[in-house]
Order: sequence, then structure tokens, then C-alpha cells
Amino acid sequence: MFRLLSHIGNYFILLGRTFAPPEKRRIYYRQFIRELNNIGINSLGIVVIISAFMGAVITLQTAYNTENPFLPKYLIGLGCRDSLILEFSSTMVALILAGKVGSNIASELGTMRVTEQIDALEIMGVNSASYLIMPKILAAVVFNPFLTIISIIIGIIGGYLAVIFTHVISPADFIVGIQYAFIPYYIVYALVKTIVFAFLITTISAYQGYTVKGGALEVGVASTRAVVFSSINILLFNVILTQLMLS
Amino acid sequence: MIEVVHLSKNFKNQLVLEDVSCRFERGQTNLIIGQSGSGKTVLLKCIVGLLTPTEGDVVYDDTIFTRANFQEKKKIRRQIGMLFQGGALFDSSTVEENVRYPLDMFTEMTEEEKKERVNYCLKRVNIVNSNHLFPSELSGGMKKRVAIARAIVLNPKYLLCDEPNSGLDPQTAIVIDNLIKEITEEFNTTTIVNTHDMNSVMGIGKKVVFIFNGRKEWEGSNKDIFQSDNQALNQFVFANRLAREFKTPEK
Ligand SMILES: Nc1ncnc2c1ncn2[C@@H]1O[C@H](COP(=O)(O)OP(=O)(O)O)[C@@H](O)[C@H]1O
Ligand SMILES: [Mg+2]
Repeated sequence: MFRLLSHIGNYFILLGRTFAPPEKRRIYYRQFIRELNNIGINSLGIVVIISAFMGAVITLQTAYNTENPFLPKYLIGLGCRDSLILEFSSTMVALILAGKVGSNIASELGTMRVTEQIDALEIMGVNSASYLIMPKILAAVVFNPFLTIISIIIGIIGGYLAVIFTHVISPADFIVGIQYAFIPYYIVYALVKTIVFAFLITTISAYQGYTVKGGALEVGVASTRAVVFSSINILLFNVILTQLMLS
Repeated sequence: MIEVVHLSKNFKNQLVLEDVSCRFERGQTNLIIGQSGSGKTVLLKCIVGLLTPTEGDVVYDDTIFTRANFQEKKKIRRQIGMLFQGGALFDSSTVEENVRYPLDMFTEMTEEEKKERVNYCLKRVNIVNSNHLFPSELSGGMKKRVAIARAIVLNPKYLLCDEPNSGLDPQTAIVIDNLIKEITEEFNTTTIVNTHDMNSVMGIGKKVVFIFNGRKEWEGSNKDIFQSDNQALNQFVFANRLAREFKTPEK
């Protein structure tokens, strides 16, 4: 318990150092662009693949589980759309990114720590926390909403393709469904979640990597912890945000 | 000039350095020697402020670094070039970007000027035609040399090196040692080198501080090191000479 509290304390101290004003904007900007590529663009592929398949599966499962003839068929399209927006494209995608981006950040910073690259920055008089971590946070917070939107779109396309190939319902019903009773606020809810999750993934993983002590073995441990703690926090904040925004 | 005054350092309950005082003059290579684990790295990190001493002070010419405010510390840090044990080059940057980094970060030079300065420093450490290689593509000795180039690119007043020739073959080690010595004299830096290598002591040890179990056990020059009757020092010196005489590799 005490260890948990001291970790939380140190996490906020690191955040404090991270959000210091940049010393040279141009260089921070260059780092930001690099991270946009590392963290954002490089995650595009996995998000597209997973979203397409999940959209298809959600559609098929909804279809096979609603045999009641009194329910209109278009509800299947609606189900697909809302599951994607509410839960899948924000939370599930975040969990997958926690695995990919989180371990990547923790091992990069951890390696820099144990090979004294972070010390080298500090000696030069660079605020290493701010220089290394802030661009990552910004890149994820800026780019992940796009990933979420893309995930929703690809998911719906995946559902539509599943409908076309399996004929569980008519494609026209599906199209009606995905347009039926659309609540724009759900998109706001999804994007707010995405931004919070992006912040959690990058900061928790950065904390784990930045504070590594020891050698290569500890870097591996830190990278695992980054994924585990990011995921737990995503699930926790999913509940909190849902209660706050949808109740 | 760098001076260490009654410096002690604890980690939790472990006393790593105890009441160390010594003075390192400008324009010469000052060595801190001692076996592995004796506290050399901790001493060097206390000197540059990566670790905070539990007690005592570190003085850079006319500034008491350990009591300086943030701005003063920053000013001194900009005048320090440090060479880390493994080189500590940035993995994701090329040789050129590594050396250029301090210029990008702390100067308003034009691209031309930066390029010229980078090439001058790389040439000074005999690295040519390798500007676009990444650290993972360099040999151990080259990494060290690029790290030296990065350490001197801002014309530092102070040059600190942690085990500059650990992990290098004896020949390359001598090249690195001599490079450090030449740079020290050429740029008139206050240089401190951590080492456990007697070859370095004999080669460049103008002033030698021997650390044993966290205490300063002896100091002098490499000329009087064999005349000492300090037992711990003799053991250290003898162990190394023995190894050399039997011509076994040191690692
Ligand atoms: N950050 C640290 N926390 C705790 N103990 C440390 C730390 N750094 C070094 N030590 C301990 O200090 C002692 C001296 O280490 P060091 O200065 O690295 O020796 P060396 O002379 O080989 O460079 C060792 O016993 C090491 O375990
Ligand atoms: Mg050491």
C-alpha cells in the first residue's frame, strides 16, 4: 500500500517535470513529429485490421442472438454501430494500444535510462523528462482520436461486408440500422475516453520506463508493468468516465 | 579547477563515499582510480550533480555548485562535457545528429556553422565518413570517440570521463587516453577521468586520486605511485602489474 502511494506520488512529480515549458520549441516540434509517426501512424495498421474483424463479428453475433421475429432487422446495424462507438473503438483499441505503444515507450525510455542516455541529457542541462515524454503524450493525445474515428468507420465497413457475405440480414436493413437514432453525444463520449486513455497509456508507460534502475532485465520488467498498469487504469477510468458522462 | 570538499554519500544505509576531499587542476588529466565498486562513478556523479551528496560540497572555479541556485547550476552544466562509461550516444540518432545535438539545443548557430563545428570535432577524434551511421553500427572505440566529440562540441571548460577505456582492447584504450590528454591540453579543460586501468595511470596520470572503500586513500602523481608505502594502493598497483607481466588480458 505504501509502495503504491509512493509510486503515485513519484508519478505526479514526473508529470510536473514533464510539463515544464520547452527550452527550444523547434526541437520539441521535431520530436513531436517523430512521435506522431512512432506512436500514431505506426498503430494505424493494427487498428484497421482489428476494427474490421470486430465490426464483422459484432454484427454476426448480434444477428445470431436476436432471433425474435418482432425485432426489426435494422437493429442489428444499430447494435454494431453503437457497440463500436461506445466501447470497442475507444476502450478495446486503447487496450490494444496499451500493449503496443505502452511497451514500446517503456522499453525505449528504460533503455535510455540504463545506458545513461538520460543522464547524458541531464548533464547537458536538458530537462530530459520534458524533452522525452511530452512529445509522446502530445502525439498520442492528438492522434488517437483519429484512430478512434477510423476504427469506427472501418468497423462499420467490416460489419457491412459480413452482412453482404453471409446474408444474415439484407444490406439495406444494415444501412438503415447504422443511420437509425444516431446520438452524436456518443461520439463526444468516445473521443473524451480516447483522449484520457491516450494520456494514461503514455504517462504510465513513460513513468515505468523513465524510472528503471538496473539493466536489460529490469527494462523488460518495466515494459510488462507498463502494459499491465496502463490496462488496469484504462478499465478503471472507463467505469468512471461512463458513470460521469452517460448516467 | 574543480574541488571536492568533505564529500560523503549514502544510499539508504550504505555508506558509499566518506569524507572525500581533493582538488583537480585545470589543463591536466586528473585521474580517480580504484577497484570496481569502490565508488568512483558515484563520486563523479556527485561532482556533476547527477547525485546529490549527503554531505560536503563541490566547487567549480568560483562557484559552489552544491549550493548554487538553478540558474547558476544550469550555467555550469553547459560548460561540462561528460563521457559516460558506455558512450551514452542516442540510439535513434546518427553520429552527426548526436554530435550536433548540443548545438541544436543550446546555440543559435546557422546550419552551416553547426555542420562545420560537428565535422571539426569528429575530425579531431579521427572519425571521418561516418556521419550517417547509427551508434549500433559503430565499434566500441568509435562509440567512445563519437561520445568525446559530442562532449567537446560546446567547448567545455570541464571534461569528465567515466571509465573511458573499459571494454576496449589495450591498443584502442591507449588511443582514447591520449586523445583525452591532447584535448585537455589543447582546450585547457579541467579533466577528471575515472579508471581502474594502470596503463592509463602510467600514460596520462598527471594527478592521481586513489579511492578505496569509499575513502580517499592516497593522492599524488604517477611518478610517485611506486614509491608509496600505502598497502591498499600497492595491492591495487601490484595486481595490475602482475596481470601485465603475465601478459594475460585484463578482462
Ligand atoms: N543508485 C545507487 N543506489 C544504491 N547503491 C548504489 C547506487 N549507485 C552505486 N551504488 C553502490 O555504490 C557502490 C560504488 O559504486 P560505483 O561508484 O559504481 O563503483 P565504481 O568504482 O566501480 O564506479 C557500489 O557498492 C554500488 O552498489
Ligand atoms: Mg564505475
